[in-house]
Amino acid sequence: MKIISSLAAAAALAAAVLVVPVHAEEHHFEYERQKWTFGGFWGQYDKDQLQRGFQIYQQVCANCHGLSRVNFRNLVQKGGPEFPEASVKELAANWPNKPLAGPNDDGAIADKKGNLLTRPALLSDPILGPYRNDKEAKAAQNGALPPDLSVIAKARDVHNDGIWYVHFAKMGRDVFNGYQEGGPDYIFNLLTNYAEPPAGFKLGDGLNYNKAFPGNQIAMVPPLSADNVIKYADGKGTFEENAHDISAFLAWAADPALNERKAMGWQVMLYLLITCVLLYAGKKQVWNRIPH
Amino acid sequence: MSGHSTYEPKSNVSKWFDERLPVVRLMHDSFVAFPTPRNLNYLWTFGGILVFCLVAQLVTGIILAMHYVPNDQMAFNSVQHIKRDVNYGWLIQPMHAVGASMFFLAVYIHIFRGLYYGSYKAPREVLWILGVFILLAMMATGFLGYTLPWGQMSFWGATVITNLFSSLDGVIPGLGTAIVTWLWGGFSVGNATLNRFFSLHYLLPFVIFGLVILHVWALHVAGQNNPTGLEIKQPADAVPMYPYAVTKDVFGMFVFLIPFAYFVFFMPDWLGHADNYTPADPLVTPPHIVPEWYFLPFYAILRAIPSKLGGVIAMVSAIVILVFVPWLDTSRVRSCKYRPIFKWCFWAFAFTCLALGYLGAMPAEEPYITWARIFTFLYFAFFLLAMPIVGILETPSKLPRSIMESVLGKPGSTGGHMPAGASAAPEKR
Ligand code: HEC
Ligand code: HEM
Repeated sequence: MKIISSLAAAAALAAAVLVVPVHAEEHHFEYERQKWTFGGFWGQYDKDQLQRGFQIYQQVCANCHGLSRVNFRNLVQKGGPEFPEASVKELAANWPNKPLAGPNDDGAIADKKGNLLTRPALLSDPILGPYRNDKEAKAAQNGALPPDLSVIAKARDVHNDGIWYVHFAKMGRDVFNGYQEGGPDYIFNLLTNYAEPPAGFKLGDGLNYNKAFPGNQIAMVPPLSADNVIKYADGKGTFEENAHDISAFLAWAADPALNERKAMGWQVMLYLLITCVLLYAGKKQVWNRIPH
Repeated sequence: MSGHSTYEPKSNVSKWFDERLPVVRLMHDSFVAFPTPRNLNYLWTFGGILVFCLVAQLVTGIILAMHYVPNDQMAFNSVQHIKRDVNYGWLIQPMHAVGASMFFLAVYIHIFRGLYYGSYKAPREVLWILGVFILLAMMATGFLGYTLPWGQMSFWGATVITNLFSSLDGVIPGLGTAIVTWLWGGFSVGNATLNRFFSLHYLLPFVIFGLVILHVWALHVAGQNNPTGLEIKQPADAVPMYPYAVTKDVFGMFVFLIPFAYFVFFMPDWLGHADNYTPADPLVTPPHIVPEWYFLPFYAILRAIPSKLGGVIAMVSAIVILVFVPWLDTSRVRSCKYRPIFKWCFWAFAFTCLALGYLGAMPAEEPYITWARIFTFLYFAFFLLAMPIVGILETPSKLPRSIMESVLGKPGSTGGHMPAGASAAPEKR
């Protein structure tokens, strides 16, 4: 019995003293969480913001990054930027990175000069980046690979640092708030945290200092900057707005069904709650017939 | 509980049918008239919830398989295609992914329920052991399924776990490597691996289904345990399954559906890992390779042991030890309600499992390693020290004379049965 109580005591003690020092990773950064129209339970995308975000993608990011799991037609769909179909058709037809058209009827895949055969993109085609493959991309980018951005907003997250109880508290907070915006929060922080390296920091060749990037050295040159703000159709726009809008656009690109999912989610929750109340009343009626 | 049937066919057709294949009678006796203890609490609704989870996984999984492509070049994009282009694919896919987590949540509650109320004791040993087999089959299915989206965690998780077999090289040189190559169908995790994993992931749930039928059969032979751990000794101790247990089970299931739907609709990715949205790349190892949350305690045990073979043995033992629980526990009394010391061991054990889960998610470095060793010791101490020793030393508190008495708080007509009926020894029926 002694052994057991001391074991139980050991476990209880363990619970009390399991104050693990913060894990000493080389990278520490407090990601600043942003307000997103699509955050939380009622959130929905703002189609104007998605349109502005697409403009940033087209003018800046598309120079290096593809968006290949998004098709042009998605830009027309409900719950997205909802551009008019005619303008997207035109956009696709003029998109510089064209789909391959070979082999043609003669079996040729390239023209006489050796250029691969291509054709203008249609609504049903993916939004291609400038490079045919990773090898070409790396060759053009100093050996670094600009990842396809179609699911990047789901492939990145802001981590919950802290001692174990802080860790659990933060987890609980995120579940309670329905927090799923780690991806866009990360992208926003990445885009806005380029800085001069601190004294003594040895920056690798062709790399840039970024406070939000794990390891702090990123091959991507700052794509947005306060000196070179992208102006929107209304002539307005700031650096921060640029960063917000592209992050929101990438969140949509990774999760185009969010509007529909959240709207249906409420109907389902309401249905479940009402059904639970009714089932409970029924169950009580049945059990009231007998002592229990 | 078998033998006497209360089914009465109502029409000529059903009578005719009953004489030829009494399947309706079987269903009636098993799920309508079946006597259930009247004092079951909501922890007893998890068996039914698990059946729901299994069926939900089968239905969503079969739909996903209609669109999924088990090919190393196409798998990742085919999942994206399901979520983006397939009608309601954005709903089916997270139902299956979140469903796996909810399935494990339910099964862990179900197992802890069994541990707390001593449901593994005679005459329910076979029922319990079938449960352990189900758990093993579920784990295999979950692991195989997680490789299918072919993201970074899929690929590296599959690599790390299959590689565990190479520890057998320490027993017979070359044996482990040979097994790993055989499992992979090549010299690394690749297309051949993905194909066979898909095939097995589709197969195993049907094996689970078969095991569940045996599990429920065994349950209906032994009868359900209940919070007092007492046997049903008189008709008043039990109520017919329909409508009593059924109304309760259905209500419990709908309550369970609320967090289920919450995750599916509002946080479909929260239970997974962001790295799995990066397509598998054999040349880039992710900084932290972590399994799904429901494997974390076992992963912590694996890494707590300094030797690779030792770690594998410890991890496998951590699950297989459940098979021996009916004989490791020496107590006469089933339910922790009447076991003042073992009750605390139970809660310490539950805490140990949570702590191991946390440690499994942390990187393999100090101080986590030391803590993982301490909790691994406590994990096994529960089974190998607490169960046998406390059972002998502990004085159980006073048991009610019958289920009915525990419900009414005063003696019912006990029909001359002894209170010792709570003992785990098989009773003559
Ligand atoms: C000049 C080319 C170039 C442009 C323009 C560019 N990027 Fe990049 N980007 C890169 C390269 C190269 C990398 C890989 C960086 C690395 O791995 O160090 C990268 C990486 C990224 C990453 C991944 C970072 C991580 O966590 O791994 C994100 C997100 C990203 N870019 C977003 C953008 C956005 C948004 C834009 C437009 C506003 C943009 N990029 C414009 C070249 C570019
Ligand atoms: C696919 C997974 C499983 C399904 C569908 C399932 C289903 C069921 C059902 C329907 C019941 C009766 C209702 C109840 O008492 O809750 C039950 C009882 C039981 N199950 Fe499971 N089960 C599963 C996994 C497991 C596992 C993994 C274990 C243990 C290792 C287990 C152990 C038990 C025991 C001991 C009982 C009898 C409990 C009692 O009556 O007190 N089951 N199960």
